[in-house]
Amino acid sequence: MSRVILIALALGLAGCGETEQVVVYKQGKYQGKPDSQPWSNEPLPQEFRGGSWKKDDRASWEEQIKRRQLAQHEHKRIYQ
Amino acid sequence: MARMKFLVDAERCIECNGCVTACKNENEVPWGVNRRRVVTINDGVVGAEKSISVACMHCSDAPCMAVCPVDCFYRTDDGVVLHDKDLCIGCGYCFYACPFGAPQFPQAGAFGLRGKMDKCTFCAGGPEKDQSQAEFAKYGRNRLSEGKLPACAEMCSTKALLGGDGDVIADIYRERVVRRGTRGAELWGWGAAYGAPQKPGAQPAAPAGKKS
Repeated sequence: MSRVILIALALGLAGCGETEQVVVYKQGKYQGKPDSQPWSNEPLPQEFRGGSWKKDDRASWEEQIKRRQLAQHEHKRIYQ
Repeated sequence: MARMKFLVDAERCIECNGCVTACKNENEVPWGVNRRRVVTINDGVVGAEKSISVACMHCSDAPCMAVCPVDCFYRTDDGVVLHDKDLCIGCGYCFYACPFGAPQFPQAGAFGLRGKMDKCTFCAGGPEKDQSQAEFAKYGRNRLSEGKLPACAEMCSTKALLGGDGDVIADIYRERVVRRGTRGAELWGWGAAYGAPQKPGAQPAAPAGKKS
């Protein structure tokens, strides 16, 4: 009888063990299709106000976008 | 490298909803989906009414990306947060995670299913061939690939809504605040407060008389 109680106690105490239950966050990786870069396109014709840059030349595309950004600055646009 | 951001000047926004209309028109966004909307506080209270235009803020550490169970989000080299609709399962986790309510779900369809998530793309399209019919149908127009900025920002008549590289638009905003006094100077952010870094990766100078 005492042996049964001992085994029951041992099993019961085993349930008191504290194990880490917090899930460790892991950043996922994009699983979709690859996207192309905006500068890997030809600029639109001039009548569509596409600006000017060279295809696949990131620096010239960024220059075009910067010109466009500064057009939002009315103080510079007006007083130039 | 640019970090594309939106910046809204609450002192200038007149709640005209021009940005909302421009976005709807440019991207042919379906009924019930609002990629951009104007939020007004203290509506009707004289002198206290403020409006701002809200859409996806293209977070640098985007919560939608963190919670997406199928990892359909990605960030472009210009810091624009986009997603692949072919992968999206429409679970809505991103909607709960986003502090701006940017992710939208079309209501139309059989049994009112939520469908694939739709959100502001900073007019940068998505992972389809640039300027193709497929890209336009799924994500809207890809204006960045046309050398243009988002239609909402370029359409804004009072220039309350600025779009572009965070450093550049913060410079525009800062100069505006200096010209008109202090109103609006409480806007948050390193770039808005201290300007663009002189050198990439530059650290603030250590204080001269450091106390122990």
